[in-house]
Amino acid sequence: MTELTNLTVAQIRDGHRAGDFSAVEVAEAFNANVAGAKALNAFIVETPEHALAAAKAADADRAAGTLKPLSGVPIGMKDLFATNGVQTTAASHMLEGFVPRYESTVSAKLWDAGCGMLGKLNLDQFAMGSSNETSYFGNVISPWKRNDGGNAALAPGGSSGGSSSAIAARLCPAATGTDTGGSIRQPAAFVGISGIKPTYGRCSRWGIVAFASSLDQAGPMARDVKDCAIMLENMAGFDPKDATSLDMPVPNWEAALSSDLKGKTVGIPKEYRLEGIDPDIDAMWDAGIAMLKDAGAEVVEISLPHTKYALPAYYIIAPAEASSNLARYDGVRYGLRDLPQGAGLQDMYAATRADGFGPEVKRRIMIGTYVLSAGFYDAYYTQAQKVRTLIARDFEQAFASCDVILAPTAPSAAFGLGEKTADPLAMYLNDVFAVPASLAGLPAMSVPAALNREGLPLGLQIIGKAFDEQGVLNAGLAIEERAGFTARAEKWW
Amino acid sequence: MSDYRIKGETGEWEVVIGLEVHAQVTSNAKLFSGAATAFGAEPNTQVSLIDAAMPGMLPVPNRECIRQAVRTGMAIEAQINKWSRFDRKNYFYADLPQGYQISQLYHPLVGEGSLTIAADEKAGIPADKAIGVERIHVEQDAGKLMHDQHPTMSYVDLNRSGVALMEIVSRPDMRSPAEAGAYVRKLRSILRYVGSCDGNMEEGSMRADVNVSVRKPGDEFGTRTETKNVNSVRFVMAVIEGEAKRQVELIESGGTVVQETRLYDPDRNETRSMRSKEDAHDYRYFPDPDLLPLELDDAFLAECRASLPELPDAKRARYLAAGISPYNADVLTAEVEAARWFDTLLDAGAKPVAAANWVTSELFGALNRMGRDISDSPVSPAHAAELLGLVADGTISGTIAKQVFEKMLESGDAAGVIVERDGLKQTSDTGAIEAEIAKILTANADKVEQYKGGKEALFGFFVGQTMKAMQGKANPQVVNELLKKALG
Repeated sequence: MTELTNLTVAQIRDGHRAGDFSAVEVAEAFNANVAGAKALNAFIVETPEHALAAAKAADADRAAGTLKPLSGVPIGMKDLFATNGVQTTAASHMLEGFVPRYESTVSAKLWDAGCGMLGKLNLDQFAMGSSNETSYFGNVISPWKRNDGGNAALAPGGSSGGSSSAIAARLCPAATGTDTGGSIRQPAAFVGISGIKPTYGRCSRWGIVAFASSLDQAGPMARDVKDCAIMLENMAGFDPKDATSLDMPVPNWEAALSSDLKGKTVGIPKEYRLEGIDPDIDAMWDAGIAMLKDAGAEVVEISLPHTKYALPAYYIIAPAEASSNLARYDGVRYGLRDLPQGAGLQDMYAATRADGFGPEVKRRIMIGTYVLSAGFYDAYYTQAQKVRTLIARDFEQAFASCDVILAPTAPSAAFGLGEKTADPLAMYLNDVFAVPASLAGLPAMSVPAALNREGLPLGLQIIGKAFDEQGVLNAGLAIEERAGFTARAEKWW
Repeated sequence: MSDYRIKGETGEWEVVIGLEVHAQVTSNAKLFSGAATAFGAEPNTQVSLIDAAMPGMLPVPNRECIRQAVRTGMAIEAQINKWSRFDRKNYFYADLPQGYQISQLYHPLVGEGSLTIAADEKAGIPADKAIGVERIHVEQDAGKLMHDQHPTMSYVDLNRSGVALMEIVSRPDMRSPAEAGAYVRKLRSILRYVGSCDGNMEEGSMRADVNVSVRKPGDEFGTRTETKNVNSVRFVMAVIEGEAKRQVELIESGGTVVQETRLYDPDRNETRSMRSKEDAHDYRYFPDPDLLPLELDDAFLAECRASLPELPDAKRARYLAAGISPYNADVLTAEVEAARWFDTLLDAGAKPVAAANWVTSELFGALNRMGRDISDSPVSPAHAAELLGLVADGTISGTIAKQVFEKMLESGDAAGVIVERDGLKQTSDTGAIEAEIAKILTANADKVEQYKGGKEALFGFFVGQTMKAMQGKANPQVVNELLKKALG
């Protein structure tokens, strides 16, 4: 029998249903992998008992003939989702030890669907970062190594770096992620897995620690496109508790998966051809174009003229919202409280927030506070919102002549830990291809497409029209089938 | 035009007043959470995860709160904005769990409107005056800090956190404390008619930020100060009076008024500076990204409009048209409960003028004596209508009516029952009356002489004696006629 931890979500679901193995066996196998992978630091909290309890329930449900859509599938939960009774930290000192008495809508849906939780996955602090180097609980390490014989520890991407690392290392078959400006897609690309950020509003934000409300969107990360479809079906749905939630039925994405792209047009945005970019990236992109043509699609060049303003606009809007969203962490009601001897309220705020937030979080709070300040608001925030509108219009116009857009997910393969931490701007540039779709609220996914000359995975990004996750998944599937990406990190941990 | 002036050493000063009234929206649940809003609950028992700003919690607008604000806007004939938006007002304070208040700065729900304060000569308001309302927006209330629970720490009660408020911003159209007082009373009356706020200023359901400046008549507006959270009409007027005087004295002694926020101390009846413009917060307002813009459809607006009751001005006009005196019309329309009671009385068939006189004198007098509100009057409108009917058709006299009313208050019985039981029916039996008149004229022969000699004022004496002899039950008209006949 295949090793259980090598199975995909669909294989576990179907195999369990068919009685090939018990859910408890699956849970135990993954629990063992999690326990044996401390070196990756992918989890902040491990919850083997949660996974086992769900597995036992799944086995009982199978015996009773009451199987649920994801019975027997253990997953990882990004530690940005509030989990009832299980510490939820957003990888911050601020929320260290915080145990919510409520369950996020997305995680509740997954538990209702029969999933078990292997643990809470590490991430960049408050989801701010592109390399998972801002976590208060330490860096997450990618299971991948360069093929140069060196032993440099690589970044798993961020902010969903615990999710990406854990899936790539077979610690879980799938995990939740959140994507504000690429936080699902970029880490997926860095470790050779798939991940989709659905249309803004598909997944409820209720119970997810907020970073930038108008951009935050949950989505699944998994080893293949089909698993992403399955997971997303069980995460999405209208939630009256989230005023920005989409009141639309959840399509049966899995059932409608098709890699036949005849009659479809794929747009290639010329502005995404960056001067001086790694030639491996361009080569992968060209290969992707060929794959989609092979799947029957027509390929056209399109223009997204305001692309170059996307990153600056994003780094105004997201910090602006974050500066306000993170004001609630003040030491008054929950989480960290630093109350120096004889301190007043202002001193408590200052001490608590100085100690509770890491440098990147502070940087963004300060940027956000600055751009919203009297006298600067119009020059920054208002202007950025205009750019955002123009970027959304770029996409609308482009989608008049194509069904999906194909681009690289990130401008480079995974970099080494510490290589970019000294220069925040270089770090921010990593999101250059991911951010426009976030600003426009469009569904976008990353699928692994190739290895670069260092032997590291590269991802292709498919951006779709609003609500057309199906089109995105289908194009992703077409690439997946043709790229034949089977490489995996050799176990060293 | 108000002629209210502050007399300074350099001449007369005019006072310019604008009010921002915060009115708590009457609704069972808070503006963005399902938590309850009852006043006086144990601390922190009406707090949802959202009100406490737990991580990942999101606001969802409460339809009823929006509806009430829209109805309020309609009641002052204001522009209702079908597209509005919520903004965050960012500042740190321990009673503000989110670290921001969700409010509406840029696109309020309700735009320009106005309300009219009635002429009141005695108060120096010579004619009806329209006071402009710039806008009404909805926003969250904050929690409450309690400083008296512990020697070194403050406690926080979040029961009020997230409760819906309407901020009703007037134009700087008022020129005297009396006008401001009349404005607050009128606004309170309208809110209570509409049912969008209970207007209870003691419980903090309504409080005003009072903006005051002074100028020489005809000059540009002066620099204003804002006194926060004033919670009674009397205090609003006191703040204006005191603040205007302070400003005049300051200017005349060579100082300048600084734009600042002040606090009112009712015990010492004075305001003191809280913070000046220089250290004012930078609230970093921006659109709340957790909320979509609020879009109102025509059906919603139609329902809001259809649900509005008759408002004070319309009611007052109707009463005046029915012949009720302006004074009585004012008294009857001031409080919605009284107006409703009075309308029920009219519906039961009472004649408007007599009913108005009776309610404002007899009923209010009795309620006042008993310390009761009209909403728990021991006499129902139906019983009152019956009583007034007995007077109108001559069954009992006005004097007897007072006795019957007292008995109604004591027993709760209907007027007709009391009149029948106690034999209080007015008599027009000329024989009985004539017999009593004859006795009285005989017994008072001297006075009859004087009357005949031209002292006509004695006629009232004979009427009084006759009524007394008849135990008040004689029909006064009949008594008059018979006396005139008997006295030749």
